[in-house]
Amino acid sequence: MPKMRVALELEIPSDVHEIERVVELVQAECRRLKIEPEKCSLNVPVALTEALSNAILRGNGEDATKHVRVRACVNKAGDTLVVDVTDEGDGFDLQASTRNCTTPENILREDGRGLYLMQCLVNHVEQFADGGNTVRLTVHRG
Amino acid sequence: MSFTIRKQGEIVVVDVEGQLIVGNRQELKQKVLDELEKGEKRFLIDFSQTGYIDSSGLGVLVSLSKKIREQGGELRLANLNDDLKTLFELTKLDTLFQISDSREKALESF
Repeated sequence: MPKMRVALELEIPSDVHEIERVVELVQAECRRLKIEPEKCSLNVPVALTEALSNAILRGNGEDATKHVRVRACVNKAGDTLVVDVTDEGDGFDLQASTRNCTTPENILREDGRGLYLMQCLVNHVEQFADGGNTVRLTVHRG
Repeated sequence: MSFTIRKQGEIVVVDVEGQLIVGNRQELKQKVLDELEKGEKRFLIDFSQTGYIDSSGLGVLVSLSKKIREQGGELRLANLNDDLKTLFELTKLDTLFQISDSREKALESF
């Protein structure tokens, strides 16, 4: 990843009630970067909520002793926001785990929309191991 | 974030204030199921005061819709803002729910 400015770095316990607070902080950074309003109000919050809930519920199995690290970085031009969400789990295969939730056999399922939505809503989603399991969301202005 | 439930005639109207996400979806589910258990059949969820909904929130709406139908009832939605409409279109849930532009239209549609 090219050199970027770290805009936000924090660690939260594995508790889904922490998600909204983190999302608000990242939303504020989106607005500072003048990223389009709909991306600030929908795309980033929903994609980040999915990444955080996956990290807390699946990656860390809601284990209170485990944490989730969040790091938001901005590129030099100030038009790209990259958010890394890192849990203490074993990781997963992003592509293999993503299901098309719009097909007739899946649309009535209660679960299985998270990874699909994440990939619809931000420019790039990557998953890799980096001293933990990391999901990286990249959002471009414009 | 909170959920307000009130009766308008024969219809149970639920207002979702704030976000409907993984941290509070069970609260909404339980409140609606409690009403269903009391014998209520017609439900309207109004999203005029809602910010965003995540996949687990959408999942709860699908689950409630199924449970209400199994009891011979119906769940309808109203007042999705442009962001929420986008979300329902992306997931094709706009084809699953009857969605009205206003609470009044939704109430009349039952």
